This record gives sequence, structure tokens and C-alpha cells, in this order.
Amino acid sequence: MTWRLPAACALVLAIGAATLPLQGRISEEAAQAHFRQTPLTLGLREQIGQSGFLAALSGFRSPLAAILWIEAHTAWENTEWGRMAGLFNTVTTLQPRSLPYWDMSAWHMAWNASIAALNNTRQPSEALRIRAQRGYIALGRDFLERGIRNNPDRPQLYIQLGVLLRDKLEDHCGAAEAFLKAASFPDAPAYAARFAGYEMAKCPGREREAYDHLRALYEKGESQRLPSLVNLLREMEIKLAIPESQRLPLPLPGS
Amino acid sequence: MLTAVPAIARVTFTELVRQKIFFFLLIFALLVIGNSAFVSKLSFQEQFQMLKDISLGAMSVFTSLIAILATASFLSKDLEERTIYTLLAKPVPRHNYILGKLLGIAALLAVSVVLMSGLFLAVLWLQESAVLAETRAQLAGASPEEQTAALKEVTSATFQFNLLPGIAVIYLKALLLASLTLFLSTFATSSIFTILMAFAVYFIGHLQSTARDYWLAGIEPGLGSRILAAGVALIFPDLQAFNLTDDIIAGTAVPPGLFLNTSLLAGIYIAAYTALAAFVFSGREL
Repeated sequence: MTWRLPAACALVLAIGAATLPLQGRISEEAAQAHFRQTPLTLGLREQIGQSGFLAALSGFRSPLAAILWIEAHTAWENTEWGRMAGLFNTVTTLQPRSLPYWDMSAWHMAWNASIAALNNTRQPSEALRIRAQRGYIALGRDFLERGIRNNPDRPQLYIQLGVLLRDKLEDHCGAAEAFLKAASFPDAPAYAARFAGYEMAKCPGREREAYDHLRALYEKGESQRLPSLVNLLREMEIKLAIPESQRLPLPLPGS
Repeated sequence: MLTAVPAIARVTFTELVRQKIFFFLLIFALLVIGNSAFVSKLSFQEQFQMLKDISLGAMSVFTSLIAILATASFLSKDLEERTIYTLLAKPVPRHNYILGKLLGIAALLAVSVVLMSGLFLAVLWLQESAVLAETRAQLAGASPEEQTAALKEVTSATFQFNLLPGIAVIYLKALLLASLTLFLSTFATSSIFTILMAFAVYFIGHLQSTARDYWLAGIEPGLGSRILAAGVALIFPDLQAFNLTDDIIAGTAVPPGLFLNTSLLAGIYIAAYTALAAFVFSGREL
């Protein structure tokens, strides 16, 4: 035993040295596959406290994020918007690859909190209410943009950003870009490309591009020939003075 | 040469079962089912996310705790009850004893992981079925395309094949911790000491990759800090490498190469710690 223990300790060091290249390779592969991207920094330590930070360090990031999310939900029920925003920040920092957290955080801020700020009866100044509303919409947009930076390989948050730009900021050109980006992913839902076309049609200077885009979708077949798409194409054909021969065929009587 | 190993493993497994270790499954069941009831007010994406977060997190906690606490008591208990003397008085090599003990706890951990995974997947499937039925009812008049897209959104948020490698890595991590604890127990003076040491290694092991990066990248300018970082990197296992579930739950796909290399690293650590345990235990005076 007297010599075996020091020998075993030396062997532990040797094994550690021998496995270093494999450990380095695993770290590289994990980084390439978007694993372990949470920055365990002092900023996060301040947000989640010492025990939370210890839990995050010990591999319990996801249960910790789930618990904080439930806490944020309770804050929502109590309409504590500021506290919610702080908790959302922490949860999304802990689980940056989790799309529902980014999506729901943005939705709560840009829709629920912004409407609540606008209807805040305790704030007599309309200007300040509108300012607060815009602040929450900007916060929602920020969640989506940060979510996209952490998940550039998935279409869902681009779609949500497009919806926010369209419905909350009426930025149709920006919305078109976001939907177009979403539609470029192979697993994007079919409506992403249609939405891109609809928004492009409202973007000054891109009407012709929008027509070509929507027409290409129309040519793909019945699955894309929804009434809204067909009606918009007909409107644009008149607006853009598309020659009769190139226009959509008129529907048969009674069809 | 290894004829006694299966018998020792069987006895170890039976002893652990008799210690009512499986009672923790009740707590796990309460967590999983209770969580489902508690989060029913949330959207279905949030519900599935919570279920996966809590279940896989609890699975990781329970397997790690069982691995450390059960393994730490093997040697001290056998010494206290003097069963080890009866066993080693027979022609049973000491490395057989170590291997048998490890296989016993490996079997217990495997049964635990299978039972917990079964329960978790069953609850996930039940929740998914309920949400699918609700979605179908809500979209009864919608176009087939809309229905397909909505149902796809539900199914993509529930079971993913990626969860299986994640669960496998939880098992490998627990087995690594068991072999490490077994090694520590061969020279520890009491089971409390073994448990404390194992938990210390557990926490430092999760920081090992940070220390390794500091050491190898030369970020730390001070010589003392660099030596400390090198020591941590060489002595402790990289336990952060086994934390794949956090990102798997979030939908990140596990590349086969990453899974294979992580399994290989676990295999090397388990084999090394078991061999070292046998090596130290062979020279221990009983």
C-alpha cells in the first residue's frame, strides 16, 4: 500500500495527460455542434446567485432554467413585467439553444408587456405610456435577435422576428427579409415563403420582386394557391401592369 | 480467473436492492407526474420543455447520487461486517472483488436508468397524445396543410431520437462516478471521507475543462496559477464533457462523432479508475 498509492497518483496524472487530446477533440466537436455555449461568467453568477451558479456549473443548467421559467410565469400572473424581463434574461442565458424560451420571452415582452404598458392606468401621460410600450417591443425584438444569434441554424425565430416586425413595428421590408431568411431553411414551414412575399409586396421598391416571388410559389402547385396569395397576385398584376398573356388564368365560371 | 466476478456482482446488486434504493423512483415519479400537473397552464412547447428539463435533470442527479453514495459504502461496510475476510479467504483475487462490485452497481444504475427513462417517455407520450388530440379537435375545419404543420409542431417538440444518446451519456457519467468512488474508497479511511472526496471531485471535475483551457491556451500569466490549472486538468476527469442533455433538450443534435468520443472517454476513465482501484486494493492490508 505504501508505494502503491503514490504510484496510483502518478498513474492518474499519466492518464490525465494521455486523455488530453481526446478531451480537446470532444470540446471542439461540442463547440461545432453548438453544445455548451452558455457563458458561465460573473454576470450570470450575479443573476442566479451562488447556489444557482454552482448548479449551472455542475451540469444542471436545464432544470435550473425550468425552475426560473416557472418563477417567470408566476411573475406574469402577477403582471411584474420588470421582474419577468430579468428572469427571461437569465433563462435564455442558461439555455441559449432552447427556442421556446426565446420565443415566449419575446412574445411576453412585445405583446403582453407592451399592451399592459400602453393601458397602464397609473401613468397619466400618454407620451410616457407610448414610450414604455415601445421599450417593451424593442425588448421583445432584442430577445428574438439574440435568440437568432445563438440559433442561426434554425428558422423558427426568424419567423417570429418577421411577425413582430410586421405586426408591432409595421416594418414590412424588415419582415420580408426575416421571412425570406426563414424560408431558406429546408425545414421551414411552407407559409414562411408566402409571408415573405406578402411583406415584400408592401415594401416600397420591391413590388416586382414580390410578384415574381409569389408567382413562383403559385407555380409550385395547389398547396401554395391559397385565396390570399391568388388575390394578391391579381391585385399586383393590375398595379404592375403585367401583360394579359402573362397574368394568372381567370377562374372558370362556377369554380 | 474471473469466475467469482458474476457471483460478487449478483450479491452486490441484491444487497443494493434490499437497501431499498429503488424507493428514489417514487420521488422521481412524483417529480415527473407532479411537474406535468403543475405546468398545465403553460403552452404545450413550455410543458414539454419543462418535462424534459426536470426529468433528465432529476435522472442525472439521482444516478450520480446513487453512484457515489452506494459505491462509497461497499468496502467500509464489508470490512465492518467482516464479510470481506470470508470472501478473500477463498481463492478470489482482489481485482475480482473490485470488478464484481463495479458490475453490481453498474447493473443497478442500468436498471434505474431504464426505469426512469421508461417513466419519463411514458409521461411524455401521454402528454403528446393529449396535445395532439386537442390540436386535431381545434383544427377540424382547417386545411390539411395547416393541420399537418400544427401537428408537426407538436411532435417536433416532444420525443426526439437525440434524447437516447443523452440518456446513455447520463448512464456513462454515473458509471464513471461509481468507478472513481470505488478507487477513492480503496485508500479512504471511512465512507464519509470517500463521499466527501467524491463530491469534491464531482464539482472540480465540472471545472476541469475551464482549467484545461486556461492552462493550454496560456491565458493565466502567473506561473503558480498555470501550475494549479495544469494540476486540475491532469488530476480530475472532464465531467463537463458528459453534460450533453442540457443542449439535447434544447433540440441540438448530437453528432455521432461527439457521442462516440464521449463514450470512449468514459470507457477510458472507467477502465483506468477500476484498474487503479484493483491496484491499490491489492496492496491494502486488511
